[in-house]
Amino acid sequence: MKILVQRSHKEEPQEYNIELAGVTLLTILNHVKMKMDSTLTYSQGCRSGVCGSCAVRVNGREVLMCEYKPSDGDLVEPMRNASVIRDLVVESSCVEHFSRVANTWSECSREGNVSEEAMHGIETQSDCILCTACYSACPVYAVNPDFIGPFALTRVWRYVSDPRQTLSDAKIAAVQSNGIWDCTLCGECVPVCPQGIAPKQDITMLRTKSSMLGYMDPNMNFGGGLDFGSPMF
Amino acid sequence: MAKVLIIGGGGAGLVSALSAHEAGAEVIVMSKTLPTRSQTSMAQGGMNAVLGNEDSVANHMADTLKSSAGLGDESQIAFLCENAPDAVRWCNTLGLPFSRDASGEIARRRLGGASAPRACYAQDYTGLKLLHTLYDQCLKAGIMFLNERFLLNIIVDETTNRALGATCLNILTGDVEEIRADAVIMATGGYGALYGKHSTNSVGSTGDGIAAAIRAGARLADLEFIQFHPTALKNSSILISESARGAGGFLLNAKHERFTDELGPRDVVARAIHDEITAGGAVYLDIRHLGEEFISHELPQERKLAQIYEGIDPVHDLIPIKPAAHYSMGGIEVNNECMTSVSGLFAVGECANHKTHGANRLGGNSLLELVVFGRHCGKTAAEFGENKPVSTLENNQLSKDTDFISEAMSFSNRIDFYEKQESLAEIFYANVGLVREDTGLKAVLDVIEQMQKELPLMGPKDKSKICNTNLVEFIEFGNKIELAEIIATCAIRRSESRGAHYRSDVPMRNDELFGTHTIIWREDGVVCVNFME
Repeated sequence: MKILVQRSHKEEPQEYNIELAGVTLLTILNHVKMKMDSTLTYSQGCRSGVCGSCAVRVNGREVLMCEYKPSDGDLVEPMRNASVIRDLVVESSCVEHFSRVANTWSECSREGNVSEEAMHGIETQSDCILCTACYSACPVYAVNPDFIGPFALTRVWRYVSDPRQTLSDAKIAAVQSNGIWDCTLCGECVPVCPQGIAPKQDITMLRTKSSMLGYMDPNMNFGGGLDFGSPMF
Repeated sequence: MAKVLIIGGGGAGLVSALSAHEAGAEVIVMSKTLPTRSQTSMAQGGMNAVLGNEDSVANHMADTLKSSAGLGDESQIAFLCENAPDAVRWCNTLGLPFSRDASGEIARRRLGGASAPRACYAQDYTGLKLLHTLYDQCLKAGIMFLNERFLLNIIVDETTNRALGATCLNILTGDVEEIRADAVIMATGGYGALYGKHSTNSVGSTGDGIAAAIRAGARLADLEFIQFHPTALKNSSILISESARGAGGFLLNAKHERFTDELGPRDVVARAIHDEITAGGAVYLDIRHLGEEFISHELPQERKLAQIYEGIDPVHDLIPIKPAAHYSMGGIEVNNECMTSVSGLFAVGECANHKTHGANRLGGNSLLELVVFGRHCGKTAAEFGENKPVSTLENNQLSKDTDFISEAMSFSNRIDFYEKQESLAEIFYANVGLVREDTGLKAVLDVIEQMQKELPLMGPKDKSKICNTNLVEFIEFGNKIELAEIIATCAIRRSESRGAHYRSDVPMRNDELFGTHTIIWREDGVVCVNFME
């Protein structure tokens, strides 16, 4: 099987021919690193889809190498929207940075009983493994590098909609600027999530919640001729 | 303000970080990956705690003690079990999304060796959700993270036997750095990756912290006790959680017959599977009768991974399994303040030996241990640092380690270390695995000795300074070799069978000679082993 890997020191992708079939892309790259080319650089961890280390792009689409079974001629590239450190390893500081900006944490979680159904509401969102596939797939970064982005906004919704949360208004405030209204709702983040999370949907939910709290979409123009600036109250 | 350096960003490291921060310390967490990529993310089953009247703390203690096969410390186990309900409630207040039962209370399930259902869980993502909840809380607390830092050595002042900080390789830049602190907490995880493709662990569980601790003069304890999880996928060693059996899954042999109590202690079940595989060639986990709805909801990871790695769907097919190295019971010896034999050096979680698991860990007690002892350790380390701040003593560890890295980069590469690593894993699984005996163990020790001699003939092939994962993996291999020697030595010296350590040549337990802990230290470079309290 032929696999092409975009390396950081070469313009053209490097070709590796491997005689392995029916295995994951991670198994193939491990084979390359251990038997053929020790300089090939990538990240890995659990090899079972929970640590989020091995996300790359294959033929332009984000995948976890430990869950993806490659086909002949596949092109493997590093994730987008983050600077490449070497080969398939990219800067991961976006995780900490956008989580801090968006306050993606529990403020105060009350004790006491909660129904199964109520907890189901945040089950999928809290499955996030921070692989940053959604971040790589998001086209908004091309125009706004400060965009809080899909994984951080999903995590905000995960805490805001947690039935045990008591103080979530500040979180809603934190995602108004460079946040929920900057999303174009293109949905690129949805199919790339290995955990089946739909950040676009969570962002829509945050918009609804924001509207209920009196926030408005700053992109909307209600002026109808005379523009007195963005409507605020 | 005391400065506390925590090495390792998994569950134990992050709980200690929150606790040390709460105690008023300035906290730095140094980790070889992004914290959410740690081994803790892989824990599935749950966290034991007695929450209701149908169970009791005394039962939890009795189960833990029984499983430990005489090596659990009663007061440490009491501390663990008594603090368990509070630990679970604390996780709940941090936002950990526990699954719920019909009454709305935190749901509990029964794991092997437990007399009642007491493992609190979040689907089969308990570790993942705990780790992410903790990471989010650390960000909220403003804790400083230094990621992509690979631990090289603990900086120790030899005259006072006091830890002063640590040196590390900045993986991204290739520079060697030092971080000084008033207290250092090791939270670096276990050494299961030594078993290579026969381990359920992340590739990063290479025992770096334990190896650095013994180099720093700390004592280790009970390294021969390695838990083999009964049910890992046959080809990939990927874990199928005990909850699959807790929910009613069957173990079947090659003739498709049940052969053991599926919910016995892990060491017993794992050996029964090993024997069946030796005799009949295959063992399967059968969860088909649990139904698609249950499997999809309660065991979603398992279903997906069995499909990817074994090409089967557990809803319709038998799952081929084998036992695989899963948890390191042994580790850095600590006292009840979580401090090691080096002053100011603490250890917590899987890298430490809190003497709660003894010879065999009970499922659901590892996440519990990292929360209970993490909270304790963060506090004691912060207090220690506050009361005994360290002066900025001269120390040459940084220059030694800088030299070591440049030397390693120039090693000759006549021998491929990846090949040696693979063969080490194979001989370890075969001879230092579920069933051991004297001759095989001694042969392994000879092989290790040879590999140690050959290390300078190995080395990284990749000569890049930037992000050299080949170099990192070579140093990890060095740590594995260092621990391999100790594990094999302990396994030879413990001439009896107990818990996870089973010797086919001495199948009986011998309390008179070996009813105490295996204590390990280095003297003039030589590994010393003794049995003592």
